[in-house]
Amino acid sequence: MTTRLRVLDDGAWISVNDDRKVRVSELWRLDAPDLCECALTDLVVENFQSVGADGSTVEVQVYGQCIACGEKGTTGWIPVGRVRGGEFAELDRSAVRRVRR
Amino acid sequence: MPTDVENWKSEVYGNEIRDRLFEFAEAGFDSIPDDERDAWFERFKWWGLYHQRNGQEGYFMMRIGTPNGVLEPGQLRVVGEIADEYARGPGVNPIFGDVYADFTTRQSIQLHWIELSDVPAIFEKLEENGLSTQQACGDSWRNIVGNPVAGKDGQEVIDAWPVIRDLNERFKGDDDHANLPRKWKVSVTGSADGSGQGDINDLAFEPAYKAVTGGNGGDGDESEDAVGFNVRVGGGLSRNEPRLARDIDVWVPPERVPDVAGGLSALFRDYGDREDRYNARVKFLVDEWGADEVRETLQEEYVDFELESAGRDVREEYTYNAGEGERNDLIGVHDQKDGTNFVGLNVLVGRMGADDVLELADLADEYGSGEVRLSQRQNVIVTDVPDAALDEFLDEPLLEHYSSEPSPFMRGSVACTGTEFCSLSIVETKNRQVRFARWLKANVDLPADVDEFHIHLSGCTASCAQPQIADVSLRGMKTRKDGDPVEALDVGLGGGLGENPQFARWVTQRVPVDEVPGAIANLIESFAAEREEGESFRAFVARHDDEELDAFVDPEETDYEDPMMHNTKRTWYPYAEEDSMEDAPLTPADD
Ligand code: HEM
Ligand code: SF4
Ligand SMILES: [Zn+2]
Repeated sequence: MTTRLRVLDDGAWISVNDDRKVRVSELWRLDAPDLCECALTDLVVENFQSVGADGSTVEVQVYGQCIACGEKGTTGWIPVGRVRGGEFAELDRSAVRRVRR
Repeated sequence: MPTDVENWKSEVYGNEIRDRLFEFAEAGFDSIPDDERDAWFERFKWWGLYHQRNGQEGYFMMRIGTPNGVLEPGQLRVVGEIADEYARGPGVNPIFGDVYADFTTRQSIQLHWIELSDVPAIFEKLEENGLSTQQACGDSWRNIVGNPVAGKDGQEVIDAWPVIRDLNERFKGDDDHANLPRKWKVSVTGSADGSGQGDINDLAFEPAYKAVTGGNGGDGDESEDAVGFNVRVGGGLSRNEPRLARDIDVWVPPERVPDVAGGLSALFRDYGDREDRYNARVKFLVDEWGADEVRETLQEEYVDFELESAGRDVREEYTYNAGEGERNDLIGVHDQKDGTNFVGLNVLVGRMGADDVLELADLADEYGSGEVRLSQRQNVIVTDVPDAALDEFLDEPLLEHYSSEPSPFMRGSVACTGTEFCSLSIVETKNRQVRFARWLKANVDLPADVDEFHIHLSGCTASCAQPQIADVSLRGMKTRKDGDPVEALDVGLGGGLGENPQFARWVTQRVPVDEVPGAIANLIESFAAEREEGESFRAFVARHDDEELDAFVDPEETDYEDPMMHNTKRTWYPYAEEDSMEDAPLTPADD
């Protein structure tokens, strides 16, 4: 079964199978040395740029800003959840997320 | 590769959406196939319906496009009645109550909590009364804006209202222009005050004189000054990429406006970027091509007459949102050409309870012609009030709340929708701006000769509240305070339109929301202490560098308390008693 993944409403949210699943305005802790020099980026998610899948893992690229240092930019691919049996489960929002290398 | 949205649009878009919309309304929300929801919600926008944010599934914002902000006699009453009957939902706003209408920065009206099943009845009532939601959202000709008092304004160069009406009639529902790569925002202004805000629209017509042979239908071959419009293309504020519309060196007489407007809209349709929605607005095409190529392509491919070069404009007279000079807005009593008056009333953050809407409709009938108009500062204007009725009108109790002489902080407030309903938002906006304005009014004095001070609050970078053209621009952000995430605002200063428009400079980042009123108070204190005699705030900002300005801003806690510091987006409705997503209402049952 294919999963329908989309960025909609100007990057406001990620749709998984026509359901709103991941939203802007969250704060994510990121291990993203490409984005800023903080040990951990404290990213406010402003706009989703793209969404894709790596196996069952749903990944996104987001535009945002590190609120610790002020650096802005678009991230690499970051996992946000998994699709199992057609159901999307979001990763724990408080956990550190790693950019895929 | 075309985007999903483009694929959906190429399958079904424009007028034909309506039949399906009505079928779904008839059969119930659940009749939209599960795997077509994204597609249909995207398409519904074309008919003015925007799905409210996550947590409010099945409820829609409905936008009614009122060209140039004109509500003919009786129409405001219809809006009030529709709001009262259909715009109540599970959420109650602590400041505005359970039912209200929003007047927007593009002279439209928004209602919330609309259920799909009610749409046919609402459309029927709107259309019986000459109103419509067609193309109020979506990728097409949006509501056309301009000087709201066109045709009446004592300071008018040319009456733009017939031009706007004509454009609206031609391009609403025209299949050739129904599916554009992105929204298409048009402004047509005939007055010398700049109140159509052409500079921040995709396409702007601004008043200009041109020496043309034969003149305005004149008889000889004497050259005389004709009145028409200069054309600018590619303005817009969104996405951290603000642009001013660019002069393409074209003057058009009023009767040619539809040809040029249609030509440019077709040019955008054919050459705009349909592969990347973030790059789709015409402002990016103008960046890429330059104004000259836009003009050449228009001439060669889209119009069949010789374009005139730009005429003599009146931009040096522009005052609207200019940050200095007279008539920065249209509040207060002003002369009409016909000897009566128009009275601009302040609607704080553009939101008015449905009862008040109905009462205002009555007052407009009683004291004026029944007509009401909307400005781009989210305010209402009652037109056609004779001198003899003026005093009594101004004494009406409703005008204590919607004042013709508001305090500068009330008058200067503009705010977007924000986390209450909007998917893109980062922070709470309208209620917060009301709290800010009230606190500032109670605690801060402007220098005695300053009677306007514009503060615009947008919940994200889409810039619906037009923050970049205010004295103080506020934009939604997050920060940490004592380690906890809180809503915050970036602060920009010194923006404004006028002859030489200038976008605000973002000087201070991520101020926790509870420190923003203190920051503005400190800023105004520094301004009052250090300004030159008679200096405007905008001029004061212009002669300081970012670092100096950042120091003036100086965030500080005060007795202002902000009850919405937390992530208001994680609630289903920020003001609900039980506000968590788990407590979200079910999608409305079909009835
Ligand atoms: C459900 C709520 C809303 C949503 C989701 C929304 C969405 C957007 C988006 C995505 C943009 C930027 C798009 C672009 O230009 O590329 C935008 C811009 C804009 N919107 Fe909204 N909007 C909402 C409510 C409003 C309201 C309440 C107003 C008027 C008060 C408004 C007026 C504008 C204006 C003036 C812009 C200007 C941006 C520009 O100049 O380019 N919108 N909106
Ligand atoms: S500025 Fe952002 S938060 Fe405000 S209404 Fe527009 S899209 Fe929503
Ligand atoms: Zn950082």
